[in-house]
Amino acid sequence: MKAHGIAHKYGDNVDTDVIIPARYLNTSDMQELAKHCMEDIDIEFASRVKQGDIMVAKANFGCGSSREHAPASIKASGIGCVIAKSFARIFYRNAINIGLPIIECDEAAERIEAGDEVEIDFDTGVITNVTKGETYQGQSFPEFLINIINSNGLLNSLK
Amino acid sequence: MGMTMTQKILAAHAGLDEVKPGQLIMADLDLVLGNDVTTPVAINEFNKAGFDSIFSQDKITMVMDHFTPNKDIKAAAQCKQCRDFAREYGVKNYFDVGDMGIEHALLPEKGLVAPGDCVIGADSHTCTYGALGAFSTGVGSTDMCAGMAKGKDWFRVPSAIKFNITGKLPKWSAAKDVILHIIGMIGVDGALYKSMEFSGEGLKNLTMEDRLCMANMAIEAGAKNGIFAVDEVTLDYIKDKVTKEYKIFEADPDAEYDAVYDIDLSTIKPTVAFPHLPENARTFDQIDEVKIDQVVIGSCTNGRIEDIRAAAEILKGRHIAQDVRCIIIPATQKVYMTAMKEGLLEIFINAGCAVSTPTCGPCLGGHMGILAKGERAVATTNRNFVGRMGHPESEVYLASPYVAAASAVLGRIAQPTELE
Repeated sequence: MKAHGIAHKYGDNVDTDVIIPARYLNTSDMQELAKHCMEDIDIEFASRVKQGDIMVAKANFGCGSSREHAPASIKASGIGCVIAKSFARIFYRNAINIGLPIIECDEAAERIEAGDEVEIDFDTGVITNVTKGETYQGQSFPEFLINIINSNGLLNSLK
Repeated sequence: MGMTMTQKILAAHAGLDEVKPGQLIMADLDLVLGNDVTTPVAINEFNKAGFDSIFSQDKITMVMDHFTPNKDIKAAAQCKQCRDFAREYGVKNYFDVGDMGIEHALLPEKGLVAPGDCVIGADSHTCTYGALGAFSTGVGSTDMCAGMAKGKDWFRVPSAIKFNITGKLPKWSAAKDVILHIIGMIGVDGALYKSMEFSGEGLKNLTMEDRLCMANMAIEAGAKNGIFAVDEVTLDYIKDKVTKEYKIFEADPDAEYDAVYDIDLSTIKPTVAFPHLPENARTFDQIDEVKIDQVVIGSCTNGRIEDIRAAAEILKGRHIAQDVRCIIIPATQKVYMTAMKEGLLEIFINAGCAVSTPTCGPCLGGHMGILAKGERAVATTNRNFVGRMGHPESEVYLASPYVAAASAVLGRIAQPTELE
């Protein structure tokens, strides 16, 4: 499985309140929520993002609230993978549980800039920065989690 | 190798003699929680997955607290979806307007969590129940759905940071100051994926309400859970509340910790976390004049009766500053009733404060006290992220009920000693 798209770049401690502000959480319609994804720190994200694009951030991505609306609105906005130095733990498990690909990689989080064309090979964990002609080795998932991901999420894996 | 308190609880619930940090396990759940924002997503997933039964009618709880009393038509629809599901499946511990409270204040009060329990909640502050010596952690809605259907969930076994508590808090210092101090020290990802385990001889000087406040904010350091050793304070708190059987777990003497910090309570000063992260903790020697527009006293962090009494101690016989709005939200109906009987509501209303029925409302910028562009609030809540209480260009300063009430009186961030 691969993801391939243009990078949208953010910094440290991107919290779930800016990924999807609570004022919109009176609905669980993820397509509706995607219209407001990232708007408090990047007002143009929803209009700029294209299907398959890549989100890249630094440490502790997705900290704060447990709202699954955060990874779900990122997924619904078309993002094919989130790369970060580290993920807040609830965001990490939510992403796995709903099938939003995520990958931890310090070097990619540092080197990739907004607008770079990026490709991720999930089988090998290799991240290619097509624009800069560089590759970075991301951390692959343990087998237990790969089984959840391959079952297309937690609920299917429990059946 | 010995295990931490958290590891022992997880091992017991996974049917294993031993677990190690990093190990991935499936564990049985004693309680599954959701609220009016996260439960609808879980119900949608439940229906989509084709489940037709829940694992227990007693071990699932739903609390309508975030956008209640219903703030708009969409919020009303979300609550109705939860209510209909609870009725259809016979969820016994469903709490709606009139008997609800803010979930993390309500569940301990109702005796729904006991020491040694393994609890998940589709709300990040589910870590609060670690105060009772339970393993309790926030998860997402898909986890809640899995928990409701199967009564189990997956966990990555955490390593731990130990906080050795000694001493006693000085006058006007509070549990909130302790946890803000700790988050300021280790950072918002200082305990990422880890447990924060609190023990030591100073624990006896922390009430259950103090512990609930501290465990509540473990997530603000990135922790998987916060947990307190069980002692007389714990047993005294649960004795007239918990009716189910429970087991007390203790960390092994040779348990390994990633780090050990000594926290002397007697050195803790009133602390304020500046925008826009809880780690931006400052004591008053580092604070210049900051004028404020609003004060919020309440939330799952500081809406319990001791917090309301602390605010009343400051506000009694005083009036809040002219250009400040002060909103006080007792966290549960029981807290509200107690405050009423003790005459605290009268103190607040005489001081010019608004007093509300329990709701999470303003804490997450939902309703009941939203900030305009450029406005500043001092709040006893737990997060001061960008836009948390309203406009993306508003600001939230986190503090104890003492500091929040003193700030309301003086119209700027202030400590209680300024009123003495």
